[in-house]
Amino acid sequence: MVRFILRRLLQMVLAFFGTTLIVYALMFAGQGDPIQALAGERPVTEAQRAYLTEKFHLDRTGIDGFFYRYFDYIRNLLQGDLGESLTGRQIGDILAAAWPVTIKLALIAMTVTVLVGVTAGVLAGIRRASIFDNSTLLLTLVVLAVPTIVLAPIAQYLLGVRWQLFPPTAGADPDFYALLLPGIVLGSLSLATALRLTRTSVAENLRADYVRTARSKGLVKRRIVGIHVLRNSLIPVVTFLGVELGNLMGGAIITEGVFNIPGVGFNLFRAIRTEDGPLVVGIVSVLVVVYLIANLVVDVLYAVLDPRIRYE
Amino acid sequence: MSDFQTVAGAEDPNARRGPSGEPNAPNQVGGTSVTPGRPRSLAGDAWRDLRRKPIFWISSALVLVVTAMAAVPALFSSADPADCLLSRQHAGPSGGAIFGYDFQGCNTYARAVYGARASLLVGALSALLTGLIALTVGMLAGYFGRWIDAILSRVIDIVLGIPLLLAAIVLLKRVASDSATIRIAAVIFVLAVLGWTTTARVVRSSVITAKEQDYVSAARMLGASNSRIMWRHILPNTLAPAIVVLTIALGSFIAAEATLSFLGIGLKEPTISWGIDINNGRVHMRESATPLIVPSTFLALTVLAFIMLGDAIRDAFDPKLR
Repeated sequence: MVRFILRRLLQMVLAFFGTTLIVYALMFAGQGDPIQALAGERPVTEAQRAYLTEKFHLDRTGIDGFFYRYFDYIRNLLQGDLGESLTGRQIGDILAAAWPVTIKLALIAMTVTVLVGVTAGVLAGIRRASIFDNSTLLLTLVVLAVPTIVLAPIAQYLLGVRWQLFPPTAGADPDFYALLLPGIVLGSLSLATALRLTRTSVAENLRADYVRTARSKGLVKRRIVGIHVLRNSLIPVVTFLGVELGNLMGGAIITEGVFNIPGVGFNLFRAIRTEDGPLVVGIVSVLVVVYLIANLVVDVLYAVLDPRIRYE
Repeated sequence: MSDFQTVAGAEDPNARRGPSGEPNAPNQVGGTSVTPGRPRSLAGDAWRDLRRKPIFWISSALVLVVTAMAAVPALFSSADPADCLLSRQHAGPSGGAIFGYDFQGCNTYARAVYGARASLLVGALSALLTGLIALTVGMLAGYFGRWIDAILSRVIDIVLGIPLLLAAIVLLKRVASDSATIRIAAVIFVLAVLGWTTTARVVRSSVITAKEQDYVSAARMLGASNSRIMWRHILPNTLAPAIVVLTIALGSFIAAEATLSFLGIGLKEPTISWGIDINNGRVHMRESATPLIVPSTFLALTVLAFIMLGDAIRDAFDPKLR
C-alpha cells in the first residue's frame, strides 16, 4: 500500500510538471514583446523596460531563459504566490474569495447526486426492466447527452425567469436558496452517471452467490439489499463521486458563468472573456493541482474501500 | 464538456434489455426467417437487433436531417442568415421567419439551420482525426505489446488525466487568428488531440483479442509481413468497435465545440455556430427567449441523436448481451 501511494505520488509530480510546463509554454513562450504587451498601446520608457526586464528575468534568452523563468514561476506557485492579474489584483486573493462559494455549490450538487442518483439507482437495479427502470435509463441518457450550455440557460430561463421558482442569478455572497438551482443543474450530470453506475452494480450483485445464500438462509429482502448488496455495490459509486467532487471544485465554469456565481469557475469564465492571460494561467494551474490530488485520493480510497484490490 | 467520458464510462452494457436476456424471444423468430444451416454473422445479428429498436430509427432519422441541413441549408430555410436589420430586433414570427428575429435582427430559424454546418464539420472531422490517431496508437500498442505498449499506455493515461475543457481553453487561447478556416481547424485539432484516448483503448483491446486468433497465426505462418497482418487481418476486426465509439464521440465533440464557442474561444463571428447563438440568446433572454431556445434545441437534439445512435449500435454489437 505504501509503495503504491509512493508510486502514485511520483506519477502525480510528473504529471504536475508536465501540465504546468505545457500551460506555461503555451501562454507565455514565443510571444512578441511581453513588456509592450503589458503596456498595451502606451509607449514604454527605457527605465520601465529595464525594471521589468530585470523583474521578470527577460534578459536571459533562448531555451535556458525559458526554463529559468518556468522554474521561477513554479517556485512562486509552490510558495502560494500566483502573481497578479492584468487588473492588478493578487490572483491568490481572487481565489481565496472564490473558493468558499465554489465549495458550497459543489456540496449542494453532490448532495443532490447522492440523494436522488443513488436512491433511484438502487430502485432501478432491483426492478430491472420495469417501467421505472426503463424510464430512468432513457432520462439519464438524455441528461448525459444535453450539454451544460443548453441545460443551464434553459433551466435559468424556465425556473428562474418564467416561473420564478428560484432566483435566476446568484450575485455576490449568495445564500443557499440562490445556489440551489445551479447546484441541481451542476449535479444532474453526475447524477445520471451515479444512477447508472449504482443500477448496474446493484443488478450485478443481486445475481451473486452470496445473495442466493442469504436468501436461502431466509433473510428478508430488505436486509439482503440494504446490508449485503448495497455495501458491495456502492464501492464504484463512491470512487466515482470522489473524482466528481474533484471535478466540481473547478469544473463549474459554465454553470457559475451562467448563474453569475462568484466562484472559481466564474472567475475563469470572466478571465477568458477579458483576455486576462495571467489570471487564466493562475487559475488553470491551481485547478490542475486540485484535479490531480482528487484523483490520487480516490485511487487510494479505492484500495481502502475494497480489500479485494491490491496494488502490488 | 466531459460528456464523452461520462457517457462512455457510465454506460452499462446491460442497458435496455428484457428480463430474459435471450435474443431469440419468440416474437422475433417468426418475423425474420434465416436459412437453416447458414450461420448468422455478428453484423447480421446486430442488424436484426437494431431493426426492432425505435431509438435506433429515431436517432438515425435525426442524424440524416441534420446532415442534410449541414450540406444544403437552403433546403430548410430560404432566408439569408446574414441578413440582419436592427429595426427587426426581437420581432415576432412572420412568413419568412417562423421563430422571429433575435437581438441583432437576424432570422433565428435561418441562423439555427445554417449553424448545423460548422457543428457537423467540426464533429465529423475531429472524429475522423481522433479515429486516425486512436487506430495508429491502439494498433501499435496492441500489436507490438512490450515496451511500445507500456509507453503508449502511459501516454494514454496522462492525456486521459488532463481535464478537457481547461486544456482546450489554454490551447485555443494561443490561436490569435480570427480567420474562420483557421479557427475551425484549430478547434478540430484541439478536440482530436485531447479526445482520442478512449477510442485508442478500445482499439488496443480489440487488437489484442484479434492478434491471438488462428487466422492471424495462419497468415504469419504463410509468411505475411507485420504490416500486411495489421492492415488486412486485424484492422477490419477493430473497425466496428472503433466506429461505434467514434459515433458517440462525434456527438460529444459537437457539444464540446458549442461549449468552446459559447465561452468565446472556439469559433467566432461571422461563423454561425449554435454555441455563439446560445450565448447571445442567453444575454437577452428576458426580452425574448426564442433566440435562446431554438439553437439550444437544435444542439441538444443533434448531440442526443449521435449519442443514442452510438449507444444503440454498441448494445446491438455486444455479444455478451445475446
